Amino acid sequence: MSQTEQTKNFLEFKNIKKNYYENAVLKDISFSVAAGEIHGLIGENGAGKSTLMNILFGMPVIHSTGGYEGEVLINGENKLITSPKNAIEHGIGMVHQEFMLIPELSIFENIKLNKELTKRYFFNAVLPKKLEILDIKKMRKEAQIALKKVGLTIDELLPVAGLPVGHMQFIEIAREIDNSKIKLLVFDEPTAVLAESEADRLLKTMKSLAKDLNIAILFISHRLDEIRKVCDRVSVLRDGELVGTFDHENLDIPKMAELMVGRNVDLTFKAREIKVECSGTPKLELRDFSVRMPGERVNNINLSVVKGEILGIAGLAGQGKIGIANGIAGLFPASGEVLIDGKSLRLNCPKTSLESGIGFLCEDRRGTGLLLDESIEDNIALTAMVVQKKFLKKGWLKPFQFMDQEGVTKRAEEIREIFNLNCTNVKQMTRRLSGGNQQKVCIGRVLTTNPSLLMVSEPTRGVDIGAKELILQKVLQINREEDTTVLFTSSELLELRSVCDRIAIIADGKVVAILPPDAPDRLFGLAMAGDIEDLNRELGDLKK
Amino acid sequence: MNQCKTFIKQLGFARGVIVAFTVLLFVLAFVKDLQMGQLISDCLSRFGRHGILVLSLLPFVKGGLGLNFGLPVGVLCGLVGVVFSINLNLAGYDGLAVALAVGGGLGIVIGLFYGWLLNKVKGQEMVVGTYVGFASVSFMCLAWMMLPFNNPTLVWSIAGKGLRMTIPMDDTYGRILDNLWSFTVGDIWVPTGLILSFLVACILVALFFKTRHGMAIIAAGQNEKFAIASSIKPNRTRLLATTLSTFLGAIGIVIYSQSYGFVQLYTAPLMIAFPIVACILIGGAGIRTATMFHVIFGCLVFQSLLTVALPVANEFIGGDITEAARIVISNGIILYALVGVGAQK
Amino acid sequence: MIKKIQDHLSEFIVPIIFLGLCAIGVIYSEQSPGFIINTIIERLGRNCFLVISLIIPVVAGIGLNFSIVLGAMAAQIGLIFAIDWGFAGIWGIVMAAALSTVFSVLFGYFVGLIFNRAKGREMVTGLITGFFANGIYQMVFLYGAGTFLTILTQDLLLPRGQNEAGETLYFGLQNTINLENVQYAIDDLIPLPAFINNALPDDIFLPIFPFVLIALACLFVVFFLKTKLGQEMKAMGHNQHISEISGIKVNRNRIIAIIISTIMAGYGQILFLQNIGTITTYNSHEYVGMFAIAALLVSGATVSKASVLNAIFGTFLFHTLFFTSPLAGKNIFGNVVLGEYFRVFVAYGVIAIALALHAWKTTRQNAIKAEEC
Repeated sequence: MSQTEQTKNFLEFKNIKKNYYENAVLKDISFSVAAGEIHGLIGENGAGKSTLMNILFGMPVIHSTGGYEGEVLINGENKLITSPKNAIEHGIGMVHQEFMLIPELSIFENIKLNKELTKRYFFNAVLPKKLEILDIKKMRKEAQIALKKVGLTIDELLPVAGLPVGHMQFIEIAREIDNSKIKLLVFDEPTAVLAESEADRLLKTMKSLAKDLNIAILFISHRLDEIRKVCDRVSVLRDGELVGTFDHENLDIPKMAELMVGRNVDLTFKAREIKVECSGTPKLELRDFSVRMPGERVNNINLSVVKGEILGIAGLAGQGKIGIANGIAGLFPASGEVLIDGKSLRLNCPKTSLESGIGFLCEDRRGTGLLLDESIEDNIALTAMVVQKKFLKKGWLKPFQFMDQEGVTKRAEEIREIFNLNCTNVKQMTRRLSGGNQQKVCIGRVLTTNPSLLMVSEPTRGVDIGAKELILQKVLQINREEDTTVLFTSSELLELRSVCDRIAIIADGKVVAILPPDAPDRLFGLAMAGDIEDLNRELGDLKK
Repeated sequence: MNQCKTFIKQLGFARGVIVAFTVLLFVLAFVKDLQMGQLISDCLSRFGRHGILVLSLLPFVKGGLGLNFGLPVGVLCGLVGVVFSINLNLAGYDGLAVALAVGGGLGIVIGLFYGWLLNKVKGQEMVVGTYVGFASVSFMCLAWMMLPFNNPTLVWSIAGKGLRMTIPMDDTYGRILDNLWSFTVGDIWVPTGLILSFLVACILVALFFKTRHGMAIIAAGQNEKFAIASSIKPNRTRLLATTLSTFLGAIGIVIYSQSYGFVQLYTAPLMIAFPIVACILIGGAGIRTATMFHVIFGCLVFQSLLTVALPVANEFIGGDITEAARIVISNGIILYALVGVGAQK
Repeated sequence: MIKKIQDHLSEFIVPIIFLGLCAIGVIYSEQSPGFIINTIIERLGRNCFLVISLIIPVVAGIGLNFSIVLGAMAAQIGLIFAIDWGFAGIWGIVMAAALSTVFSVLFGYFVGLIFNRAKGREMVTGLITGFFANGIYQMVFLYGAGTFLTILTQDLLLPRGQNEAGETLYFGLQNTINLENVQYAIDDLIPLPAFINNALPDDIFLPIFPFVLIALACLFVVFFLKTKLGQEMKAMGHNQHISEISGIKVNRNRIIAIIISTIMAGYGQILFLQNIGTITTYNSHEYVGMFAIAALLVSGATVSKASVLNAIFGTFLFHTLFFTSPLAGKNIFGNVVLGEYFRVFVAYGVIAIALALHAWKTTRQNAIKAEEC
């Protein structure tokens, strides 16, 4: 159904602005959702979707960072939502991406979790309400009603554990519907974990919820085809700005994709010569390569990285781009075949991976990249020492070779010099360094192993602008001067387009396209959304 | 002065109170005209005696396993070593060497088993370790009664079977290290050999942590993900740390027993872990961080406190309070560490 | 099918082994059946309540509450004062229970706060809290009693030498305190109806009221777990994170669970001591936690799953073995002490194995979960 003058907006955002410290994450957002409407919300990671939802649900993180500007109107009245509980009272519910169900409890217990119905007995007269006995019969009945509304016929006494994923998603929805006041439901990437048929069913359910129960739905997704199927209107966010709202009638997918990723591309390193059509000998080949990394699965991809190039890996969060390098490094279970210089690499073994000259800068800097309570120099030397037995004094019994402290300090000073590391001295604990300097230590550690294939994941995340520039420059320099092949994974398309020779776009655990860095925005947008149909059409148009 | 300030800050409130309390007790002892020379000599002996036991906790914490409440496991190995050597009628350094070799060897073997178990129960090492310790002490109670030792100095004379509760070591190698190169300054008697043995152990352990394997233990203990990414296998470093800790526990009790002059069997080691753990914590360690300084300083402070508390308490209120006070202080500081207050950030 | 049998067998392996051990103990103790049954009834009556007090924290996901020792201390404080103030018989018990409740609430609250700061290591923290509280308790009663704590009955205090005037100083509680004024006050409250008594063999004595109290405790636990609060605790026990997101006040509920457990442990200890008839002032409470936990675990209960039936069955098994093993030790090995060591080993061993198995299972499950993602 389309938006008519009579339908009243249940929810309206009016000039919402939000800063985290000095950082503006939402800039003047205004749009509305009407009762019975399915409103799509799309945008890259970091576009501001989750901040907007945090405001809508009154999350503590918003209030503890100084609140927001602008108005959230509910039924036309300006409301300040103070807590998630308060949001529920206003009739706003959320279907989470990861399941908030307790597997050991039965379906009805989950639906009624913390909304249990009770009976009063004589001895409850003096006892607090919490000590009233549960009314299991009534709870089961209401749970069954909610299940019917979402079109699930199932015995409500079954435990959730062991149910198919699709069912869990519907139980989540049933739990929200069970709130009799429910007026607005937010679906946050609900189809990400579902199989195609299940996803179809979910979309149908969403439609009937909107139509039959007159519930407003805010549908956050990156799957443009799903957006097209169900949404009455779509809003596109980019970098905290609302860059467009479309009606169902004039949904223009390529345009939306372009808006989603398009920026005034300022190619910092444009002067460099791009090695287009890299066709040299492959340094790294992936064949039917799969990685089981939670939230970043990679499914049977084939990809080849040419010796001496910088290959970018782009894609939205949760699509699997992060999984590729982690799988090659042996940090998450992988299968398939990986060839380094034509030789097969033993999988799931960090040691052989390191020994074959692969250096990996992990995206999880504080988690995987650093020993926060050890000195800068120990951090830099450790991997090389453990794996390659560098920095050890000779002459002792092998297992009792001592660390060559001088050599370590010397190397650390070198890194300090090259990366302009800002620290009092190289014996300082890494915990005390700023994010940018910590990242430099991590890179220093990886480079100390002298890799012939360098894999960097999100090297500039949480790093200040100066360090960012320096890091990108160094990556480029290492590639061009030392002929190190680089696999560069990043969520920032802009950064990839400024340093990479080719960019592989990953969606749904697959390589959707490999594009040159100067390809048009809409191609990147469509590829990242996994919209192969539209992408191929556009590519066809381009060739003509 | 500034260094002094940061030192106090690092020590934290609870530890500061304990250090201050120890100093106060010394002042009181001095005021009450107690025999200071004797007291300080006792402090030194107790410091050296408990040193290696406290040191045995260091690899455990550094390996990321927490506090080794399963210390009795290693201690029992050491006791077997001592009993074995006495049973052979070995005296002097021969006896000590055999006790160390048998105890230490057993410590390594049992430590491997213990480490294997702790790898299976990741995240619950402390509580599992506590009860594995208790269970092995009570198991050894049965064993002490049934093992076929026959040396009359060891065995109950009436039954002719089963080891005695305490076995004097005067005729074998009691206080042999304490007396080695010992000397007297004023009233103070310094057990040089004992303290040297502790310091040598400290140096060896410190050196070990500067090798490739030692560094791997530290890395995996601090951050498992980091370790895996550097191709270190956390389960192996944990096994190594546990084994080293158990080995040192075994060595520690041998040194302890010779200094004490008696071997104490049966339920004596049941609660041994708690005051020893308290030592390293008072030194400033936490569940996840510990240094050699924490070992030495903590051992010195807590053992001095325990030494000086009894005579001072006798002067004022009566000696039986010191036992209760010891329980309160040692468990108080452990509790303090467990709830994470005062942990170094 | 075979796997299913294996699963069931592994679930019941602990109680099955224990049943075997008990059988050996009973046979080799060479006692009359009357004596054995009588002893089991008596021990069930005085220990079961303590074991039941462990259940609610297990359900709420806190694990085995090693700090029920504090409840036992509260009970002893209550009894000591009730005796000191001259209460006797059932009124002594009522007075003691009232005082015990007050102290239990206080202790439970503090333990709850401590546990909330030590999430994930409640059990070792509980153990140490017990030790720590024991130290404080000893200090208070060794020095406080008779000095800043007024004790009316001089007989309860230790004579401690003389002052300058030649008067004997009294302070610190005696090592044992006689409870003859309240002994059997609960056991004998309701006499056994004559027709039952006549039906029973002469050498069997059945105290009614303790079992009534135990039944009430069981009913309380069962009903409690069917309330809204009980349901919240169940949910917390399975997954704290999701419960918290669903708006359940996890930390507050954890404190409540510990308070309930501490209060029940206090009552359990009163029940225990009125049967024993003396308090060993500085030791009676020490092993309460360990024995209660071992008893719960031998029934096949785990760190995260326990029921009233576990408590009753476990107490029965554990105490059967406990009192027969010294006798059996004497008859098999000619050595009583061996049997005593054996039962202590069994208690510690059972706890160690149960804790290890649980931690083992949890790590394995986490690994499987990570795989599935």
